[in-house]
Amino acid sequence: MTLKPIEPMASTPWESDLTKRLAGEFGSTIGEFAAYVDQNFLTAQASEIVRLIEYLKVVEEFDYLVDITAVDYPLQDAKRFEVIYFLYSYSLNVRVRVKTRVADGEKPPSITGVFPGANWLEREVFDMFGIEFAGHPNMIRILLPEEWRGHPLRKDYSILQMDNQWVKENLGIESGQ
Amino acid sequence: MPESTYLDSSELVLNMGPQHPSTHGVLRVILKLDGEKVIGTECVIGYLHRGVEKIGENRTYQMFAPYVDRMDYIAAVSNGLGYCLAVEKLLKAEAPPRAQAIRVILTELNRIASHLLWLGTHALDIGAITPLFYTMREREEVLKIFENYCGARLTTHAFRIGGLHYELYDEFENQVNAFCDDFLRKIDEYEELLTGNRIWVDRLTGIGILTAEECKQYGVTGPVLRASGVQWDLRKAQPYSGYEQYEFDIPTGKNGDSFDRYSVRMEEMRQSVRIIRQAVSRIPDGPIMARIPKVIKPAAGESYVSIEAPKGELGYFIVSDGTLHPYRLRVRPPSFVNLQALDKMARGSLIADVVAIIGTIDIVLGEVDR
Repeated sequence: MTLKPIEPMASTPWESDLTKRLAGEFGSTIGEFAAYVDQNFLTAQASEIVRLIEYLKVVEEFDYLVDITAVDYPLQDAKRFEVIYFLYSYSLNVRVRVKTRVADGEKPPSITGVFPGANWLEREVFDMFGIEFAGHPNMIRILLPEEWRGHPLRKDYSILQMDNQWVKENLGIESGQ
Repeated sequence: MPESTYLDSSELVLNMGPQHPSTHGVLRVILKLDGEKVIGTECVIGYLHRGVEKIGENRTYQMFAPYVDRMDYIAAVSNGLGYCLAVEKLLKAEAPPRAQAIRVILTELNRIASHLLWLGTHALDIGAITPLFYTMREREEVLKIFENYCGARLTTHAFRIGGLHYELYDEFENQVNAFCDDFLRKIDEYEELLTGNRIWVDRLTGIGILTAEECKQYGVTGPVLRASGVQWDLRKAQPYSGYEQYEFDIPTGKNGDSFDRYSVRMEEMRQSVRIIRQAVSRIPDGPIMARIPKVIKPAAGESYVSIEAPKGELGYFIVSDGTLHPYRLRVRPPSFVNLQALDKMARGSLIADVVAIIGTIDIVLGEVDR
């Protein structure tokens, strides 16, 4: 797969009471409030993530961590990964996504202290992208074998690529292809 | 007598799975035991990992649609619905009303099939062998409807992005109605076998308790969440595919134990029948396919769409870069997230109860591992 820089999405600014309160509380550490197809998201600095998620959970009642995932943009930015947190509020019936940019090798803080359910989700992000979360109680692979080398959902990992040495040692065959 | 033997060491680590029949697939659980009591569990997963998300990045939007059926293969229709809705959201398109109604009918039939398979196998785990034969019999009726509709029984690929590929067959309404009439009686039959059964009640009551607060902390959804008393169902909270037109209740439990999870699923099947009856009685006329381009190339952007699958919230997060392939396709699998709460539920219970707990979470390893 050839890699090209991707065009930005045509998002619109998102303004509400919530964004005003967040802007007041976190100031310039939140970069952007935006919306696309009626779905709201905001971008924040990785160092502020724990405080931001905790604030959203405790004060703004976003009490359900739906998912954590990442997207790899190797050509776009020095910070190639975008880590995304999906939050939902049972009482308000509203969703919001929190995004943060992370460079290769940078360790964003783990939010397992705020949501215990983040444990496996962060492990999966580590497994697939190689993003380590600082302060995670058990930062090991979850779906792939522990000795596997490489992180498959990175864009520079080809779909045909695999850890041939692992396959040889553990399965006793030349290649899994 | 020797003064001390290895028997004195109180902790024992026991490996359960991945080839254990009651783990419903290739789930491996490492149990730390003190006698018969579980003091900790660790799940080892990934045996069925096929890299679905990576495959998604390398297929066109239409080509990827059959793959989603292979995640939760017990509820393939629900997977397909979620995926189609997610791509339609990116395309800013909507399926026509007729397609939506048919989608609802098939998805609810699939929910029944999924719960039936769960009920049969779970009862088998607990030691009640009879219900399996009955539930398989009724599930067969549902699969026959799928087969008549689209030719496939399990991995159906029933829906297409933008609507449906197949029109209904002549006998569809009659067959579905006949199934509904028959099925309500059958649920009563299962309940007669199980709900009042002393062994069944004793094996499930008070086992694997998960409070509403714990459910929220772990992001648990679906019948497990509702059994803990949270009346939350995406079909009501954020309706999709026209669910707001149908009347149905959200059953909830009180104690959040295995018995409540069982009761909630039984009642959900009745509610599904209610939805199917309403939907069948008023399938609108009209086209079954929206006007969407033959070549699907959504504008650059991203969207997260989730549905209430039989196991919980099933979400698709798709990032489009304006090309033929998704730039990133993330599946939020309910089984994966729910399974994480196993440790919380199993701690302090007996080893035999672990089977009852895994059973009532209702996991499908195809979806956990993807």
